[in-house]
Amino acid sequence: MHAHEEGHHPPSYRLLIGVWGALMVLTAVTVWVAQVPLGFLNVVAAMAVATCKALLVTLFFMHLKDENWTFKGMVLLVFVILAIFIGFTFFDTAYR
Amino acid sequence: MTIHRDYTGSKMGMWIFLFTEILLFGGLFVIYAAYHHRYPEEFHHASKALDTAMGTVNTVVLITSSLFVAMAVAALRRAEDARARLLVVLTIAFAGVFLVIKYFEWTAKFHHGIYPGSAELAATHAPGEIVFYSLYFAMTGLHAVHVIVGMGLLGFILARMRAGAVNSTDFVFLENGGLYWHLVDLIWIYLFPLFYLIA
Amino acid sequence: MAEIPMAETPMAETPMAETPMTGTPDGGFWTTPPGRSTLGSWLLTTDHKRIGLLYLWCILAFFAVGVLLGLLIRLELIAPGRTIMAQQTYNAVFTLHGVIMIFMVVIPSIPAAFGNIVMPLQIGAEDVAFPRLNLFSWYLYILGAAIAVVSLFTGGGAPDTGWTFYVPFSATTSTNVNVAVLAVFILGFSSILTGLNFIVTIHRLRAPSMGWTRMPLFTWGLYATAWIQVLATPVLGITVLLIFAERVLGLGLFDPARGGDPILYQHLFWIYSHPAVYIMIVPAMGVISDVIPVFARKNIFGYKTIAISSLAIAFAGSLVWAHHMFVSGMSDVAVMVFSLLTFIVAIPSAVKVFNWVSTLYKGSIYLDPPLIYSLGFIFLFSMGGVTGLVLGGAGTDVHVHDTYFVVGHFHYVIFGGTGFGLFAAMHFWFPKVYGRLYNLKIANVAAVILVIGLNMLYFPMYLLGLEGMPRRYYDYLPQYTDLHVVSTVGSWITAAGLALMAWNLWRGLRHGAPCGPNPWGAATLEWTLPSPPPTENFGPVEPEVTRGPYDFKGIEREEVVA
Ligand SMILES: [Cu+2]
Repeated sequence: MHAHEEGHHPPSYRLLIGVWGALMVLTAVTVWVAQVPLGFLNVVAAMAVATCKALLVTLFFMHLKDENWTFKGMVLLVFVILAIFIGFTFFDTAYR
Repeated sequence: MTIHRDYTGSKMGMWIFLFTEILLFGGLFVIYAAYHHRYPEEFHHASKALDTAMGTVNTVVLITSSLFVAMAVAALRRAEDARARLLVVLTIAFAGVFLVIKYFEWTAKFHHGIYPGSAELAATHAPGEIVFYSLYFAMTGLHAVHVIVGMGLLGFILARMRAGAVNSTDFVFLENGGLYWHLVDLIWIYLFPLFYLIA
Repeated sequence: MAEIPMAETPMAETPMAETPMTGTPDGGFWTTPPGRSTLGSWLLTTDHKRIGLLYLWCILAFFAVGVLLGLLIRLELIAPGRTIMAQQTYNAVFTLHGVIMIFMVVIPSIPAAFGNIVMPLQIGAEDVAFPRLNLFSWYLYILGAAIAVVSLFTGGGAPDTGWTFYVPFSATTSTNVNVAVLAVFILGFSSILTGLNFIVTIHRLRAPSMGWTRMPLFTWGLYATAWIQVLATPVLGITVLLIFAERVLGLGLFDPARGGDPILYQHLFWIYSHPAVYIMIVPAMGVISDVIPVFARKNIFGYKTIAISSLAIAFAGSLVWAHHMFVSGMSDVAVMVFSLLTFIVAIPSAVKVFNWVSTLYKGSIYLDPPLIYSLGFIFLFSMGGVTGLVLGGAGTDVHVHDTYFVVGHFHYVIFGGTGFGLFAAMHFWFPKVYGRLYNLKIANVAAVILVIGLNMLYFPMYLLGLEGMPRRYYDYLPQYTDLHVVSTVGSWITAAGLALMAWNLWRGLRHGAPCGPNPWGAATLEWTLPSPPPTENFGPVEPEVTRGPYDFKGIEREEVVA
């Protein structure tokens, strides 16, 4: 009954290799930025780059961009929950 | 009925399983965040002892294997079966390379007396550094277990592809295996900067 | 609330299940498929109804063990000093009581047993989305339970940490914590797989004409619960793995001597275990929401608010875990924030209670056992819920923290809430599963005995707690004796109520009067099928949903309950 929901074309090899290239560039960027002493901003930069890479992997390699909003919403929910777990722990650890 | 052909359902199941994996690691990320906040200097210092070159190479290896499995799914859907199988073999091979490099990294640490429960580690390092190494072993160790499981899973899928049970019209098993493998990659994308690059 | 126009009801043409007057249940999914042994057909079944029953029987067996251990604890506490067991035995017994009741009984109780039996029927599906995975998770449950039993008799003796496995004690005690946490990990994995299965089932296998707003509220409750199972349980998984690593590898992540922080362990533990209380209670609330309208013969009041409040509880429940840690030494900021957030979670729970009561208002009420148990639920759960606010308020919590007040609160909520929800479910769906009815009067008497027994058993604990009696203590000062005696006598009355209830159900399934498809006159889909339902449920034809789940127009109760 759901046979036709798979109608998306498979992604082209060129697109996948392009995403891989972007991931390589971002890896180089994050290694390079880590050498620059920015103090606390180093952590922020590293996490920002990692999140960009994670977005590329989920959207293109894992085809999240082709999925419907149910899937996207679920993924979002998970990251919100994880952010809550980490963030709320700081109500304790940051003020002790 | 069509239960077993419900691809969207199968994929949804796999995604939800990946959510549980994310939160399994999530507990460790909670601990990492708390300890990093408490011991910024010690984390910075201890991180210098890790080999950034090896970590970077491993990042490249793992992302590349991720590309291979993504291409394998694309190839299978185009009915390019032989190419799909080759790409899965390459994925597994690169996963093996990742583990070999990891093995050398870990044994090098062990030689310096850095391992969980080491008396030498406890005697010669500050508490924050010990915590850093404990987290390093716990998180990369758990990740390595996932790499091994992923290799087994992809190996099994490869056998199913050879048998023709996973093919261009029935490819969701490979797609789900690929999703799992991307998750392993995804976790590493965060582990790499957290341990190697904060020095 | 979706108003669905009346239409032909399919239930008129459903034949009465033909059942003999005595003997084991027969017909429908109970029939052994040709060419298979009875035992094999159960142990290798992928039928959600059979898997649900496998869960139910195991859960009830473990429940009996847990009750027995609870009775032993109460007996030991009837007088100060040693009564029937030594201190170390006592520590092992209360740990075991906690681990069995939480991880093997209460958490799987309603979702794994009745979720499996009823949910696919309620949404008009043939089975769950992944039937073999469903069976696998039952085997994981059995494996986890078996390992938990093994942990008692091997290694350095039965674990004595309490069910919370707090460090540093759990990392250093010589008792068999390693094996026990392994069991918890496996039981957690089983729970995760059930949740995963239910989410996909509810998303993908609803009958085409069953929109989200026509879903029965029990299924809504299971849906919210499934998300908690999927998102919170992995944190328990990593927590117990870390205990294992702490003990076996000497990891030291929670060891202050090596820079660790034991309070972080408590954070991780409660990040799971607070949401876990919603895994326990939300499905029970779903049962109550399904039962009350049927016996008030009235549409549920505030369908959408109840459905949404289940999701709200699930979400808000993930924000409040540290209210278990007010005196742990965490920061004052955290104490204030988590105390405030805890009060917010009370809102969706209260919304449900008001909705149930409003549903009863001006209904034509039939005081049948499922309703009596549901009323018991509302009363006892409210008793537990209100005292929960005493514990959630940071100031008052300091006074009663780690006293019997907590024990009383917890048992009112879990035994009075989840337990009574489970009993309500058992009495409500019993005729559907067995095609027979138990004795209604005796069931009602048992329910009343249970309510009296529970109050006698647990209310003194509030008073003991307020007077400062700490929990988990083996011995106590003579001034606490009277209340302990009352509580222990209450435990006997409770046990008598349970025994009467169990005997009545057992007799019902052997000799009960046969009933038709819909004895209570309910409107959800499972009641359109014969009792017991056939293996393939609705067969190849998707059922047509022609009415709302609580639209009773034109549906009569059967004579057998009149
Ligand atoms: Cu709580």
